[in-house]
This record gives sequence, C-alpha cells and structure tokens, in this order.
Amino acid sequence: MSTLRTALITAATLGLSVPAWAQDHSMDNMPGMEMPAPKKAAPKKAKASPAKPKRATPAPVEKPPAPAALPAAPEVDHSKMNHGPTSDAVMDHGTMGEMPMPAAEGEAAPEGMAMSGTALPAGSAPPPPVPTDRYADRQFPSDEMARAHAEMMKESGGLNFGAALLNIAEYQAHRGRDGYRWDGEAWYGGDINRLWIKSEGEGELRRGLDSGDVQLLYSHAIDPYFNLQAGVRQDIGPLPRRTYATVGFEGLAPGMFEVEGAVFLSNKGEVIGRLEGYYDQRITQRLVFQPRVELNLSAQDIPEIAIGSGLSNVELGARLRYEIKRQFAPYIGVSYYRKLGDTASYARARGEDVHATSFVAGVRFWF
Amino acid sequence: MGGGIALASFFPAWAKPVSSGIAAPLPTVSGEDIKLTIARQSVMIDGKTFRAIGVNGTVPAPLIRLREGQRVRLHVHNQLNEDSSIHWHGLLVPPQYDGVPGVSFPGIRPGGTYLYEFDVKQNGTYWYHSHSGLQEQEGHYGPIVIDPAGTDPVQYDREHVIVLADHSPLSPAAIFRRLKANPGHFNFQRQTLSGLLGGRDQPLKERLDWGKMRMDPADISDVTGSTYTFLVNGYGPEDNWTALFKPGERVRLRVINASAMTTFNVRIPGLSLQIVQADGQNVMPVDVDEFQIGVAETYDVIVRPTADLAYTFVGESVDRSGMARATLAPRPGMRAAVPALRKRPLATMKDMGMDMPGMGGMDMKDREGDPTGEQNASASLATAAAVAGSAMAMGSASEPSAAADMSGMDHSSMAGMDHGGMAGMDGASGMADHSGHQMGSMNMRDFGNAPQVKRDPGVQTISPMPVDRMGDRGQGLQDVGHRVLVYTDLIALERNPDVRAPSRSLDIHLTGNMERFMWSFDGRKMSDVHEPIPFTEGERVRVNLINDSMMAHPIHIHGHFFELVTGHGDRAPRKHTVIVQPGGIATWDFTADAVGDWAFHCHLLYHMHAGMMRVVSVRPKGDAA
Repeated sequence: MSTLRTALITAATLGLSVPAWAQDHSMDNMPGMEMPAPKKAAPKKAKASPAKPKRATPAPVEKPPAPAALPAAPEVDHSKMNHGPTSDAVMDHGTMGEMPMPAAEGEAAPEGMAMSGTALPAGSAPPPPVPTDRYADRQFPSDEMARAHAEMMKESGGLNFGAALLNIAEYQAHRGRDGYRWDGEAWYGGDINRLWIKSEGEGELRRGLDSGDVQLLYSHAIDPYFNLQAGVRQDIGPLPRRTYATVGFEGLAPGMFEVEGAVFLSNKGEVIGRLEGYYDQRITQRLVFQPRVELNLSAQDIPEIAIGSGLSNVELGARLRYEIKRQFAPYIGVSYYRKLGDTASYARARGEDVHATSFVAGVRFWF
Repeated sequence: MGGGIALASFFPAWAKPVSSGIAAPLPTVSGEDIKLTIARQSVMIDGKTFRAIGVNGTVPAPLIRLREGQRVRLHVHNQLNEDSSIHWHGLLVPPQYDGVPGVSFPGIRPGGTYLYEFDVKQNGTYWYHSHSGLQEQEGHYGPIVIDPAGTDPVQYDREHVIVLADHSPLSPAAIFRRLKANPGHFNFQRQTLSGLLGGRDQPLKERLDWGKMRMDPADISDVTGSTYTFLVNGYGPEDNWTALFKPGERVRLRVINASAMTTFNVRIPGLSLQIVQADGQNVMPVDVDEFQIGVAETYDVIVRPTADLAYTFVGESVDRSGMARATLAPRPGMRAAVPALRKRPLATMKDMGMDMPGMGGMDMKDREGDPTGEQNASASLATAAAVAGSAMAMGSASEPSAAADMSGMDHSSMAGMDHGGMAGMDGASGMADHSGHQMGSMNMRDFGNAPQVKRDPGVQTISPMPVDRMGDRGQGLQDVGHRVLVYTDLIALERNPDVRAPSRSLDIHLTGNMERFMWSFDGRKMSDVHEPIPFTEGERVRVNLINDSMMAHPIHIHGHFFELVTGHGDRAPRKHTVIVQPGGIATWDFTADAVGDWAFHCHLLYHMHAGMMRVVSVRPKGDAA
C-alpha cells in the first residue's frame, strides 16, 4: 500500500518536473497532453536502487531564464512557469491510479530532456538502521543529556493537565418548591488516560438534597472522540445511600452531540443506568442554545430508594447561555422532569410530585 | 550595506495614547563576540504593559548582524529561573550549537552561560528563538541578518527587518491548557445560526455533513486574535511601527514570521512586492501583491515606493481575526489608510484531503464570514478610504476574471481547468468516479490509506485523496483578485548544491485530532517515540509530507535545507520550513550532510508542544551504535 502511494507520489513528482524545462508549454495544450513523462522516466526509479546513489550526470540543463541582473529582473514570467506543473501533477495522479504499473518498464528516458536535481525520481534504497544512542552524549555528560531529554520528551506531548466544567449550576423555580441542580465534571491527566470526577444532583431549598452522586472514574480514550470510563459512584443524597461500581462512556457523537452513558452495579446487587446528551447550538459567537436530555433506568424495582424498573425518570432541558467569556456563561432556561412507571407510583404513594416544570437560571463555567 | 536600519529619528512615542508611528530601529549586535542575556522583563504594546522574556532587555531580541565567512562566538547567559536555550533558525551549525535541549545539548541552566561558537557559512535573513518550553511565545525570539561575503545579488538602497509575532496576555501554559480543555476556545468566528439564517458560510446541508464528520470548517487557527495582538518588531497595530524610505529607493524588507501560532497573509496595498529571497536563500525575483508566510518562514521583499506617500504594511492573520500593522513612510508621523480585515475563510473538502471536482467550498467566496464573528482591536484601525481603496488595489474579489486579465495567472480558473480535464479524461479516470460520491460517504479515517500511521485516538482523519498542493494559494487567498505567491513560483537563483537523485523516499504523515488537541507524526507523539528517523551521512532522500489533518502545518527540519520538489529541477527553492496545506502533500529532497541528532517538527508552538516532533539522526555509514 505504501509502495503504491510512493509510486503515486513519485509519478506526481515526475509530472511536476517535466514542465520545468519545457517552460514554453503553453497552457492551452495541457488538457489534451499525452503525459509521456511518467512512463518514460519510471525506469530510472527502478534502477536507482543501489545503496550508493549515482551522481546525476552533469546534464546540460537548460536553466530557467537567467536573471541577467537581479535588481533589474523585471517581469519574470512565472505565469507560464509555475501553474502548468501543478495541473500536470494532478492529472498524472489521476491517471497513474489506473495505469498498470508494468507499462512503466523498459522505456528509455526521453531524448533531449535533461533531468537533474528534484526532477529525478527517487530510488528505493532501504533506510539505514535506527541508531540507539544519543549523538549529543558524545559531546556532553550523558546524565545531563538524559535529564534534558526526559524534559524535552515530557514537553513534547507528555504533559498532564486538567480542567473542570460545571455544565449546570442553577436555581430552579417551580410552584412553591424552589430548588437547585448541578451537573459537572473535572479531569486530570494526559491525552489518553485521565482521572475523572463527575457529580450531579438536585435539592429543594428548605428540604435539602433530594438526590446526588459523585463518581470517581478512570478514563481511557478509545477513539478520536470517545472515552471509556470505569470507577465507583457514591450516592450522597438522603439515606439509604448506595455505592456502585460503574462502567460507561463519554464523548462527541456524529452531529456534534455530547453524550455519555453508564451502567451502575450497587453494593446491594442492583443494576441501574444513565444516559445523557446535549447539543450546543451557537446562535451567535456567544449566545448558545443547549437542549439537553437525561434518562435514568433501572433493571429492577428498588423500593428502598423508590426506583422502579425500566425507564425511571427523564429530564428535558433547554438552556440559553451567554458566554461573557468562554469560561463563564450565565444562562436561563426551562427544565422538565418526569418520573415514569413504577418510579412514578412510588412517588405518588409518598405524596411527591411525579413531574415538574421549572424555570432555571444559572451559570455554566469551566476553568 | 544598503543603508542599514532606518534612520535614527527615534522619538519617544511610548507615552502617546495614539501613536503617530514609532520609527525605532531594532537594537543591533554584531562582531565576533556577542553577549546575549535572556531575562524576564516587561514590554509595552499599544499602551499596555505585559510580562515577557527578552534578550538584552528587548523584545524582539536584538538583531544579530553577521557577515558570511566570519566566525562568531555567542555568549548566552540565562537569567531566568528555568532552563533556556537559543536555536539559530536556518543557520547551519555543528549539532552541539543548534540549541535544542535534550536533542543537541543539555540546555542552559538558570544562571548559566553557554558559548555557541561556529563559522558563518551562509548569508541571508534568519532568526533565533528559545527551544525550551513555551518561551518563544513570551518574546524570546529575534532576527538574524547575514551579509554576503561577496556582492549581494539583491540590490537595494535601504533595508528594514520586519519581525512578525503574536502576543497574548495569557501565559503560554494557560493557552495550551485551554486548547486541551476546549479546542475551539479561541475561535470567535465559528459558524452560527445567525450566519445560517443570514445566508452566510455553509448552507444547512453542508453544515450537517460537516457536523456528521465532527469537523469544524471554521477551525482555521487554533489561537486567534481573540487573545493575540499581532506585532511588528514588538509593536502593536496601534503603535504603528514605521519604516522610513526616500521616494524612489529600492527598499528591502526582511520579513520574518516569529509567531508562535500565526500564519500571516502579507501585503502592502499600493505596492508590488518582489520576492527575492525565501528562508535566507535567494530566489529569482517574483512580483506578487500578497504572500502567505508560515510560522518560522522568512521572505525578503523589494518594494519601490516612488511617491511621497505612506503605505500600510498589513500582516493579516490567516483566520482574519486581526492584523499586524506597520507603516512605510517618507517621514515619521505619516500614516496611510488601513484596509479592513477580510472575511475569514472556511476549510473545504480539499482541506480534508478530498480533492474532487465540483465539491465543497468552490462557490463559497460570497458566503464566507459569520455576521457575529469577532475580530481583535486591530479591526478598528480600518479606514473607510482604505476599504474603497483596497477594493481598487486588490481588484474585486467577486470578479476573479479580473485576475486572469491582469497576468494570465489566475490559479482558480486553472484549478477548474484541471478538474474539468480530469473528469473528461477517457476511461482511465479513476478520479471521475468519485465525483458522484456524497461527501459523507467517504471513509475519513481509513488506515488503509496510510498503513504506517498508528491507529490512535490522536488521529482524527486520514486524507483519503491527498494531492500535491505546492501550487495552491494558502487558505483564504484562493479568491483574492490579485497576484499571490505560491511555492511553485519560487525558483532558486543558483543551481542547487546537490543535484543527485534521491536514493530513497520517505512518507511522513502529519496527523492530529482537533477535538482533543493532539498533534503527531504518523499518529505518534514525540513523547511516545524514542527512536529517531535515521539517515546516513551524505544520503539524499525524498520526503513526502502528507497532511492528514485539516490544518496547515509549517514543518521545519534543523541543521539542513531541503529543496522543494515543485518542478524546477536543479533550481529547486531551498527552504528550512515549508507549509503543508491541509489535506495536501508537500515533497522535498534533502541531503543528510550534517552528522548529529536534529529536531524535526511542526513550528506551530503548541503543536510541537503537543507532540508533533521527531528527532532525525544523521550518522556516517556504519556508525549506528
């Protein structure tokens, strides 16, 4: 595969080279040009393999119009010299792909076409072995070099860094029971492996925390957009609290949707899950509309914490933020929350709301 | 010596709230023994004070002026409380003096001094900077000019060194962390719903397609004018650093991009720019109206202002989030109209390595630019006259045909021709088959297209159909209606020193993940790879840099020049740094003639910091330990 690419590039290069001498090629005749160059020059490439590259025959190269006196050098006619080759290259490229390679064999270099320098095709000599020492160790104490080398490596892709984002940090106003809600994450590490902390939860102003959790996760990049994450989750809401082992994912889905999902196995053997996604629609450079959805699921009824099996609740949000700075964006919005199925039944039995619509105001920030 | 640096008409413009222009010459050091001291200091930019790292008390560091053939001893003293270093970018020096800690030497400890001593074997415009940590972003960079031993083939009456840079009030570590946490953090020119409703940027279908691929076509620069002020010789756009000339003079501008992260598109409305040197190597003069300069590249330009007028030097960041601005004027205090920042470009399918006719971005030019997009303070410099004037000087972007009339070098129509030709080619056209593909249907991450690349979360995409883009204009310049430099325009003034055929070729994939801000070669970060890329002394190798990412990368190799394979045979332009366009291929030949270990990396500072680097080793045959 790579040889094919090399061949293609070589061919393109050859194509490029031709008009360098044939500068009087007028552009008109190019589209119909027969492109003899790649075919005829190709044998050179085959021959050039010996490790000791031959010095190119000091060809009587026709020099480009020499500038008699540079300062004067008035109008160099680059309009003719330069653009031809480019189009040739593209054309050759296209053709080569289809051209059976053997066709290139056994033809002599064109008469009168002296080729030199970058016009010549590359050979196929093998690369030399990879040295295992550091050259500078011959000139400097190797411990000093080792220290500097380690530092250079670290500063060339090996550094750790971190950031924290509170996507939601808001006051929620709904009929008589105003509350608050947060959803955020922080991470630290390199490009591939990171330590993550996630937390989300909600509460009512006078009653305190309704539900909340904190997760500590190891995150590993599995493709350009997604991270696999595993770790533990601790509920921090009212008793009884659970501790879970968790595995999930987080990333950017096609269409630029930020999505995450996780499965949680509790210390009581219950299995629950969570899916979350949002999309940032830029209205202007700083005004951003963010629709968001969160689904919580359960594999079984868990009466103790009032969760029923299946889809236990859904939260839909629409928030409009203004990025005063990229890191600091106040917002307003609407949030709709609904318990479903048995979870809703548990709630009704306890005299709690099954659904709620809130107007929200908060700040999204990261640092 | 061509008039040296501008006249000594220095005046204390620091204190003025609105500067009428600062015609301060760069502090210069020269001779055989040069003392440089690296230390923390403060700098004032557009009237505000910031912390910085300077050399001999200045940012940029002093101009080091040398003469070809001399020997130089550079005593570098580090007064920081961390290790430091100086790398002489583009200078061919023995490896122990190349200045990369951990590769070529141990670095300079706090309070320590290191003596660099070498023969100056070349001439031209170069620069120097720290290769330790992220110090370069903090101001640790400066220009080098080496006068030729003989007659300079470039004639000029006067010269000015123009060091472009980007400055942020944030610490570089903070910038890097923000990029890791939120790669779009600094981009305030993203596509928005307002833009969609206003008929700007991509239409809905394309937005959905790009969203499906999880790619942001507005991701042109990682770090933008939202935090950067773009500098000329350490001065902000309001400061208005001024280069003086006498009408009728040939003025040589030595333009150096010493930025950490910013690709600039440079132009001087009203003046034709004659490119005479690239990366310190003389080239056949090429007249253009604008050129793109990648991080770490240098271009020497001759301008010939004949009128008693001021001109604005515009270094527009590639994402158009701001500009570096200076003035060329016959007298201090003069100023010219400043053009408005143009609309930011969007990446196209070609930038994703899918070069297909009639696809993506071809008709974008009138739709670009989000109505809510934000640019930095330099946008407020634009004058109404300049807007009108620049439209005149630049030709109208909506009329590409005007360009064709001008010089017959209209690239965009050429490109169209190629595609047309290809699609129409009989039978043999494999490419034509793809034209019917929906863009989402192509596998954007097929490791079969790049078997040497590690299957890693750090690799977001593999260009399915990368093409040589050395003849393409840089991002955002496809549709400007005037002459723009492309790499294929460059032809070395002299025959290349080594014109042998390469004995082998080597593919290196430029890989990354914009969502995680990971950058690498072949899917592997520097920090994960201990083996160098090996070369035998004297061997000539063709290197194909294949960009599998949607961002342009200025790739730099230490200790060597390479010859771009752009169709100019033994007159290939020699460079030390080359921009590899998004989804494109850049090919160069080089002779591994400098024994030692050398750094090889993307010169976008935070890309290198993220791991887009390797060590290359050059050893005598049979020396491998």
